[in-house]
Amino acid sequence: MKFLNALSLYLRYAGVSVRGQMQYRASFFMMAFGNLLLTGIDFLAIWALIDRFGSIRGWRLQEVALLYGMVNVAFALSEAFARGFDVFPNMVRSGDFDRILLRPRSAALQVVGQELQVFRIGRFSQGLAVLLWGAWSLHVVWTVPKVLLCTASILGGACLFSGLFVLQATLAFWTTSTLEIINTVTYGGVETAQYPLSVYRPWFRQFFTYVVPLACINYLPAHAILERPDPLGSPVWLHYGAPAFGFLFLLVTLQIWEFGVRHYRSTGS
Amino acid sequence: MTADTQSIVEVEGLSKSYWIARREPGMAGAIRGLFRREYREVKALEDVSFCVKPGELIGYIGPNGAGKSTTVKILSGILVPDTGRCQVLGRVPWEERIETVQRIGVVFGQRTQLWWDLPVQETFELLIEIYRLCRTRTREVLKELQDLLDLGPLLDVPVRQLSLGQRMRCDLAAALIHEPRLLFLDEPTIGLDAVSKLAVRDFVKRLNRDRGVAVILTTHDLDDIEALCDRVLVLGEGKLLIDGSLADLRSRVTRLRSLTVDLVDEEAHFECPGATIHSREGHRVHLRFDPEQISTPELIGRIVASHSIRDLFVENPPIEEIVARLYGDYRLDGSGDARGA
Repeated sequence: MKFLNALSLYLRYAGVSVRGQMQYRASFFMMAFGNLLLTGIDFLAIWALIDRFGSIRGWRLQEVALLYGMVNVAFALSEAFARGFDVFPNMVRSGDFDRILLRPRSAALQVVGQELQVFRIGRFSQGLAVLLWGAWSLHVVWTVPKVLLCTASILGGACLFSGLFVLQATLAFWTTSTLEIINTVTYGGVETAQYPLSVYRPWFRQFFTYVVPLACINYLPAHAILERPDPLGSPVWLHYGAPAFGFLFLLVTLQIWEFGVRHYRSTGS
Repeated sequence: MTADTQSIVEVEGLSKSYWIARREPGMAGAIRGLFRREYREVKALEDVSFCVKPGELIGYIGPNGAGKSTTVKILSGILVPDTGRCQVLGRVPWEERIETVQRIGVVFGQRTQLWWDLPVQETFELLIEIYRLCRTRTREVLKELQDLLDLGPLLDVPVRQLSLGQRMRCDLAAALIHEPRLLFLDEPTIGLDAVSKLAVRDFVKRLNRDRGVAVILTTHDLDDIEALCDRVLVLGEGKLLIDGSLADLRSRVTRLRSLTVDLVDEEAHFECPGATIHSREGHRVHLRFDPEQISTPELIGRIVASHSIRDLFVENPPIEEIVARLYGDYRLDGSGDARGA
């Protein structure tokens, strides 16, 4: 019931945001198209690389396309739905966050609801196209569990990136200068996860496995989908269970956010 | 004891300090500030206590930085105080933020609570969803608010296109859509033209009288206080200086009133026994007098008899002057502590 109430409010907020964007139709189409082109160039780079060398550490273009598609669709979803946290530092600075606290609903829900960026459909559609092309040309047998795993990975990934947006927003409670550190992890993470994790150095891999569990939302599940062992030695159950860590990451960051809200309320702006 | 349980707001010994980071000038200072900062404590509220009974209309005044907004933010659950007890409609606001704000209304004159891009009508729709209100009941409430505040022509207009006065009327309606029994108004008339000011005052008065909504009104405008409030709380540097009627406040500070006279002749000599000349700008003479020594009609009679005048009007000293003097007296008394320097 509580969840339905929250969802109903979120949909209303989102409706407001979307209608606002549709008032400027030409601008919307240009932004969506630009988003598609800009993010699509990444895949051209990967294609050029693999075309030159044949494969990356045994990963062929279609297989990398699977990784690329999963992470890009996930990131596009989080950019579309969780960008409300992106403008949050401004709200703290201007005092608009007080207005949110004056309303009898969860602060996080109100913050996330204020912005649903539809033009992110650009990255979403090119990521999905690459994913579908990869999935089609791999000759993998797409059983129901595999389709579910792929979907769960994408949703887990969307949660993971949303968690990073939440973390960045949380920093605004302590510092008014925008710290780009989290941005580095977010965008760097997307770039990183477009390639198989096994190509990187151990400390880098470990960071994106244990600190920010990016490996869990495409690299590990991809092994289950492709039905092959991980050269890094991860167990098979983890390949199926990994997406859960994306959801978990979001839950943890939301707790940190709540801590930030308490700090804000006890110190003032 | 029964009196206490009747209060809708109880505040006892409320204190709050802010820690402000000292910024060192220049780029080098900014970089040093990243690693090591010195903080300075600013006491926003010190040991403030008061009660509000249902249906009261209270003026909450004090100079800028006195802690008025901090009080409103604590009472509405936004901020947590350092020490002290407080109950708003039977709840501790900072522990039960959502339950508290569900039952109170808050309007900040400086900042709208509405959605900038939305037409007013849609704002109300969104608020119905936010407060989880019953639609049929709220439609009646809204109808009444629309009539009282004359919102009819504004409903389709996006908030960003409203004038300040129109926006304030919409903000008032938005703060009352859930029928709170307690309303905080933080400088609701700031920047408004005379007509809008009167409309807001009139509305607040009716709301209080006809519906019994208790109002805590923060303002710099003494006319607001005079038109509306039976009781005044004066805050200075975080301390509650006076809790009493408006007359109490005046007599505590000064009995003097001011009379402004516009003379016909700019060069004319002006003299008036019973009043002192405060200042003079050409035609205009500002006088101060004590109404207990000479009544206002008598003074005016004297002036009219001995000078040819174009106009004259009696004023009360502006609120800032009263409060500034009040705070000055308070310090000279020695009853304040010695930390001011």
